[in-house]
Amino acid sequence: MHRLYLIPTLLINVVIIFIPAALTIALAFCRWDGIGTPVFIGLANFRQLFADRVFWMALGNNIIWTAIFLTVPIAMGLLAATMMLIARRGSAFFQVIYFLPMVIATAITARVWQGMIYSPLTGIAGLVTRAGFPVPNPLTQPSTALYGIAVVDLWHWWGFLCVIFFAALRQVPQEQIEAARIEGASFWQMLRYVLLPGIRPTITLMMIMTIIWSFLVFDFVYILTQGGPAFSSEVLSTLAYRSAFYDLAVGKAAAVAVVISLFGLATTAFYIRLQAKEFDQ
Amino acid sequence: MRLIESRTTFVLTYTALAILLLITLFPIALLVLNSLKPATQIVQSPLAWPETYRWDNFVRAWNDARFGTTMLNSAMLAAMTIVLVCSTGSLTAYVLARRKIKSWKIVTFYLLATTTAPIQLFLFPLYFGFAKLGLINNVFAVSLIYTAIYSPFAVMLLRTYFLAVPKELEEAALIDGATHWQVFSKVMLPIVSPGILTVALIIGLYSWNEFLIATTFLQRTDRLTAVVSFFLLSGQYTSDWGEIMAAALIIVLPVIVLFVALQRRFIEGMAGGSVKG
Repeated sequence: MHRLYLIPTLLINVVIIFIPAALTIALAFCRWDGIGTPVFIGLANFRQLFADRVFWMALGNNIIWTAIFLTVPIAMGLLAATMMLIARRGSAFFQVIYFLPMVIATAITARVWQGMIYSPLTGIAGLVTRAGFPVPNPLTQPSTALYGIAVVDLWHWWGFLCVIFFAALRQVPQEQIEAARIEGASFWQMLRYVLLPGIRPTITLMMIMTIIWSFLVFDFVYILTQGGPAFSSEVLSTLAYRSAFYDLAVGKAAAVAVVISLFGLATTAFYIRLQAKEFDQ
Repeated sequence: MRLIESRTTFVLTYTALAILLLITLFPIALLVLNSLKPATQIVQSPLAWPETYRWDNFVRAWNDARFGTTMLNSAMLAAMTIVLVCSTGSLTAYVLARRKIKSWKIVTFYLLATTTAPIQLFLFPLYFGFAKLGLINNVFAVSLIYTAIYSPFAVMLLRTYFLAVPKELEEAALIDGATHWQVFSKVMLPIVSPGILTVALIIGLYSWNEFLIATTFLQRTDRLTAVVSFFLLSGQYTSDWGEIMAAALIIVLPVIVLFVALQRRFIEGMAGGSVKG
């Protein structure tokens, strides 16, 4: 009887996600332009991909992206959350403001940074250049494009982590903190030996989610540079999207999607093993 | 908890927090400031105060981004998604929270697994399949995609609300002769309604802001969402940034007002849902 309650959710989920996902995996072994009949070609898509310089650049960029987002926003979030714990007064206010970028549409955040900050004509970069300190637009330089995008995503993202860490820090038992203070622990000792270990499960989970999300990053790259200039900011998700809808190489796009999913799968498996280990202890 | 620190620590802390505050607010301030300026003044300096307030930026933005149509599309899309997610999600959350079926573990795991699947893993067959069925440019079809993507999050969040309801309440209703459906709809749903409101707000926000699916599946000019319409307006080459920022403000303002008014629901829902999930 109660089984019926699940039908709507599962039906929508299976039709929209599960079946197309299974088809994508099958398509990864086919040549298909999206219209005709798919032709089975075995591993040719993957072989082509592994011989493609752009694929390796995109993968490399995803790894750089993961490294940036595993460190900078997590450090910023942890530090700000700890400081909010000290400040107490006003922490609710700081929390709301830091969270604000999360509710603004990515398309809008991207355009504000593009036009009002990075643009050499209408942005802060142009203003600084005209004042005699030339600042190139980071989005138009192959060496900096990816980092220019990452800064925008950092601005949008770090406050979310801060709020999560702040919520976790408030759950750390009062007795542990009192005990540390009686022992005469300094701020950094408190952070290192009481607060950080106290919220370790939250930090681990956020790091795992960061890895998964870093391989999914799409919006900011697609809107700000479309992967350019010269593929310098290409990531796997934009490569897949362009292959499917611009080049109509759906088989290749599917192969890229499978690669992205494998990274997600590996990360999830690692997390489950980690959880199981902690459970055993 | 409370940390009592020295005066210098306090001063340093507030200074650092204030700097982060400024970094967060700076781009938003640029957005608001420049939405009121003529394009020629923005070229001189994006930081300067408006010489003349160009309220007509908003009128031109409204017309050029066709917000009369596109905002309505976005609102309809959000409304349909909210109704679908809340109705289907609360049913599932109830069954999973109360472990009404033997396979509750498998279903929970399956739903969690779909949240980590990249959109690209199902996007391409879905697009070409929808194209064959004539479902491109169909707002309802897109709300179904959103429902599939956002449901696991909604189910996990609603589950915690159902878990907080005492079991005795359900048992008492059953003893009084209520059917299972009455227990769910007359007893449980009213109690978890705050949770449903939170989910509705967050799902509404996500659908209002979503870009990748909307830009792929809704391409005809009269079917665009507000965000995609803004994206196209701001992508044109000869662009008036005063007008673009005005268009941005029109989309963002209702969101920010709602967020500030109901901040606790948004923050607890968005942060809580992803941690407990």
